[in-house]
Amino acid sequence: MKPQMITLHINGRTHYVALNPNLTLLVALRDLGYTDVKSGCEKGDCGACAVFLNGVAVNSCLVLAAQADEGEILTAAGLGTSEHPHPLQTAFSDAGAIQCGYCTPGMIISAKALLDHKPHPTDAEIRDAISGNLCRCTGYAQIIQAVQSAAEKMDAGGEG
Amino acid sequence: MQSEIELHHPKNLAEALTLLSHYGPDGKLLAGGTNMVVELRDGHYNGKSLVDLSHLEELRGISKQDGYIVIGGGTTITELIDHPLIGAHAGVLKEAARLFANPLVRNRATVAGNLVDASPAADTAPPLLALNAEVQLMSQTATRWIKLEDFITGVRKTLLQPGELMVAIRWPVPSARSAGAYTKVGLRKADAISVLSAAVMVELDDAGVCQQTSIALGAVSPKPFRAHAAEALLKGKVLDSALIAEAARLAAESTRPIDDIRGTAAYRKRVVAVTVRRLLTKAVEVLK
Repeated sequence: MKPQMITLHINGRTHYVALNPNLTLLVALRDLGYTDVKSGCEKGDCGACAVFLNGVAVNSCLVLAAQADEGEILTAAGLGTSEHPHPLQTAFSDAGAIQCGYCTPGMIISAKALLDHKPHPTDAEIRDAISGNLCRCTGYAQIIQAVQSAAEKMDAGGEG
Repeated sequence: MQSEIELHHPKNLAEALTLLSHYGPDGKLLAGGTNMVVELRDGHYNGKSLVDLSHLEELRGISKQDGYIVIGGGTTITELIDHPLIGAHAGVLKEAARLFANPLVRNRATVAGNLVDASPAADTAPPLLALNAEVQLMSQTATRWIKLEDFITGVRKTLLQPGELMVAIRWPVPSARSAGAYTKVGLRKADAISVLSAAVMVELDDAGVCQQTSIALGAVSPKPFRAHAAEALLKGKVLDSALIAEAARLAAESTRPIDDIRGTAAYRKRVVAVTVRRLLTKAVEVLK
């Protein structure tokens, strides 16, 4: 198999990589050190690998890395820093919406995708928005609470 | 074990068709990837050359043209939910899109991909069948429109020929005196493969006489299909509850379901009768 040269812009950094065309974006991201992107079911059922690709939330396990060539990728870790976390990151931590943490990055991506379009979601809308993200610790109540509290903070003039 | 592949990224439709013509039966299509990438990873894909359609703008877009709603094959399921023309002229398709997999998958999965994949449970098929949709197949040398009803021929079998690509889907703008209804029965609300799904469209005249109905069923036969015998029973009549119940019974009779992990054949047949009765009743209520 002939390796392909591609360019990925990830969380503001540019990477030039040679990879086999059958590799998924998920594998490429993790190999490049973006291990906040989790590998779960690898077939689009669990959402642990969710990232933004050109502004759209997708399962990185269902995108071939070469399809993302020249793409802008944003992972959950890219939303904020330890000093300046994104309101969703703070809210997940404060609400105890993290148990084992495996689903958290994907949950935060889906939550941000929702809040970008709907700054004041109902609980039902949040449930629908995270319906492609599985939390096997079953901490959904706290996750929904966290998204609501982040929405309030962002509305009160926080960053988004 | 991952498949060995050669991946092509055509920049426009003409380039894609040239590649497909060159590779013939060895050329496979990759759009949203929500099925194909999983198959690739599992090593189930034996083709050689994969043609990536995900960047082709010519396959996008939803418009109203000459009495038809036309959507590009590469339209994503999310775009169906968001577009006002779909809400206004294809409520059954919008409802099916809203219940399709989950938001992350809907952002990538395409309508043509769902139809070409031709699963008996393809979620966009029953609403598009109920809308009398046609699909446009294009090769380097020819273009043809065929009825969706004819396009899917069996379990994961279609009329798509090597070298061809589904570029668009269209259906006549439904009459203002028509209404539709859709139901998906799954084992859970989100991310479910249908146990069964059903879409109906009903058109009544001013006197309440049925001019036209369509009843389309998914996941209860080798392919999504129209229950023509049930439809014929309703045409030209006033749809009262007894007639609707009889049509629903005929629709259930026309199914050939299987037993699988999602439900038994007997269960599916019974639920089809109940579902079709409720959907027809609902559509008629809307029109009253």
